[in-house]
Amino acid sequence: MHVHRQERIWIGIGMAMLVFFLAVITTAAVVEGFVPPSHVQSIDPTKVAETPPFDHPGLRQTGPHDYEAYYVARIFSFAPATLTVPVGSRVKFYVTSSDVEHGFSIPETGVNTMVTPGWVSEVAHTFTKRGTYLLVCNEYCGSGHQAMAAKVEVK
Amino acid sequence: MAVATVTGGVAVREASATERANVLVLTHIYTSTLVLGLGALFGMLQGFSRANLIVMPPWFDYYRMLTAHGVLMALVFTTFFITGLFTYAVYTSIPRERSLTLGWWGYGTMLTGTAMAAIEILAGNATVLYTFYAPLKASPLFYMGATLLVLGTWMVAADVVENVVWFKRRNPAERIPLPAFVSATTMIMWVIATLGVVGEMAILLPWALGFTHGIDVGLTRMLFWYFGHPLVYFWIMGAYVIWYTVVPTTFGGKLFSDGLTRLAFIMLLLLSTPVGLHHQYLDPGIAAGWKWMHTVTTYGVVIPSFMTAFAIFAGFELAARRAGVRGFWNIVRWLPWKDPAFAGPACGMLLFIPGGFGGIVNNSYSMDVLVHNTMWIVGHFHITVGGPVALTFIGASYRLVPALTGRKLFAPRLALVQVYTWFVGMSIMSTAMHWAGLLGAPRRTSDVSYFGARGAATWHHEMSWAAFGGMLVAISVLMFIIVATGTFLAKRPAETPPSFAFATADEDGVPAPAGLDRLGRWTTIALALAVLAYAGPLWVQIETHAHLAPGMRTW
Repeated sequence: MHVHRQERIWIGIGMAMLVFFLAVITTAAVVEGFVPPSHVQSIDPTKVAETPPFDHPGLRQTGPHDYEAYYVARIFSFAPATLTVPVGSRVKFYVTSSDVEHGFSIPETGVNTMVTPGWVSEVAHTFTKRGTYLLVCNEYCGSGHQAMAAKVEVK
Repeated sequence: MAVATVTGGVAVREASATERANVLVLTHIYTSTLVLGLGALFGMLQGFSRANLIVMPPWFDYYRMLTAHGVLMALVFTTFFITGLFTYAVYTSIPRERSLTLGWWGYGTMLTGTAMAAIEILAGNATVLYTFYAPLKASPLFYMGATLLVLGTWMVAADVVENVVWFKRRNPAERIPLPAFVSATTMIMWVIATLGVVGEMAILLPWALGFTHGIDVGLTRMLFWYFGHPLVYFWIMGAYVIWYTVVPTTFGGKLFSDGLTRLAFIMLLLLSTPVGLHHQYLDPGIAAGWKWMHTVTTYGVVIPSFMTAFAIFAGFELAARRAGVRGFWNIVRWLPWKDPAFAGPACGMLLFIPGGFGGIVNNSYSMDVLVHNTMWIVGHFHITVGGPVALTFIGASYRLVPALTGRKLFAPRLALVQVYTWFVGMSIMSTAMHWAGLLGAPRRTSDVSYFGARGAATWHHEMSWAAFGGMLVAISVLMFIIVATGTFLAKRPAETPPSFAFATADEDGVPAPAGLDRLGRWTTIALALAVLAYAGPLWVQIETHAHLAPGMRTW
């Protein structure tokens, strides 16, 4: 089949661009560990309230600047409603849902993950700026979805 | 058009057979028009509500309206237009005596399903948005309706493929006519893709009826997105059919290359399905490696779009040069911008440039974290399905409906204004949505004030612009409805019979490889690719045997 020279060049440019993009994100994934939150750990969504550590949602310190925060998402709130951490903390968020699909997003940071009943999500972030961060559910979960939010205080 | 005088029994029978087929096609097109009108009304109210300009009453809340808008626009409007267009493309390019029974059964099944789902949504029994993520539990009628809509499209697909098989049996040495070829490729892709949603319904329906008590949420999400992305390509391929084969006829041009068109559609058939995990980048329970694999395949499906961009614009230039026009701006000016059947698809092509590049951003793996479930995504699908796809279908219908009825288009100038109003409105709305998304505004929420939180206050300005753009689009839809209704009611016969033709190939004497027409073989490869891309992640979902979640009605 005859393919015009200009078209071959055009498709060549397109493919080169895609290969470049792929190289960038793959390098970032392998070298810097920039991968989307993909934690694989299952949990019984009907027994979240009895399953440690989600039976006591909140903050645990694991190192001088390292914390783990356990969250339960349920219609239409997060537990804990407020989390307070010192500036410079690296926080690993573990989130699960005790009812329907939710989202877990802190705008202005890279914290963004789906929260699926039956699974535990994990996403980490280092807070380098003081302030009150808004934490929102960004997946529709029912009639009170717009009110489903919490706060992260960085002091 | 009826044959006025009896010139012989055969002629009369042929004419009435064509007429009967045209009624089937017209019914599809007018159904999609009606649905677009309804969907746009809900969309406009939603934009106003989201910008805090109006407050929806509790008996018709925001999320019910959002569900109606999403389902009607994404699943119904597009589908009816495409099934109508393909029925027409196949019937006209493969002339034969045929029965319309299967075609009408397909239409009837689609309509019944749509009506069932729509009634449940409007009654508030299925406020689950168009993605119906379990364990949100809608009424059984909603799931049955959605299933029937898909099964109806399978009947249309069977009709399309049966005609192509009939043609190939009779003419083994000939190429499948291009309009039939692209229709068949798209419908085969659609059937492969909808296997996912039908599989999901096989889980959801018994559960909604009370026979089972829990849902593997991760599994249903994966089945949904196995279908959800090829759904997008189904719309795009419908628009590409018009760009490749119909748009050139508006300026007396030809199809740039028959072979490359076939190649692009084969690539879309192969690559549209093994990509769906890029909608689940932020899902737990799916290892990062599977997601990366789908990043690669999704980049692959960009290639046929690059080919399309080249072919379409090269077709413009070649036709202009043949007419003696030289120079970039002269060629741009020479194109028939005052013909809505050209202006619609052409404005759609312009919107597809930012739309396509935005899609590459969304697909870029870890970068998705910044935009996932923000207004950016809403901006993205409005500048793709709400831009190129909808404008192309509307523009094409300005030619298709007169051709099917033998009537003049009602208020052609209004039709032209409609196209440009849409273009401007959608550009404003989508830009504002993209911007709000970058600022972090979440999608799918009725109100983003969040008790006056600091960050949330920055999102309002953009949402007001989005509402303004959305209002322009809604006005444009109203113009379209006036033109469509006027054409239907005024019944003014055209002096010269209007035509909706498919362009012939402009080949440099080199025939396209015959292997491209081996649809059976390509279908097998497409299925194999889908299995390769999904067997692993699906197996992990099933093997982990995730705990089941009970259903809930949280609205």
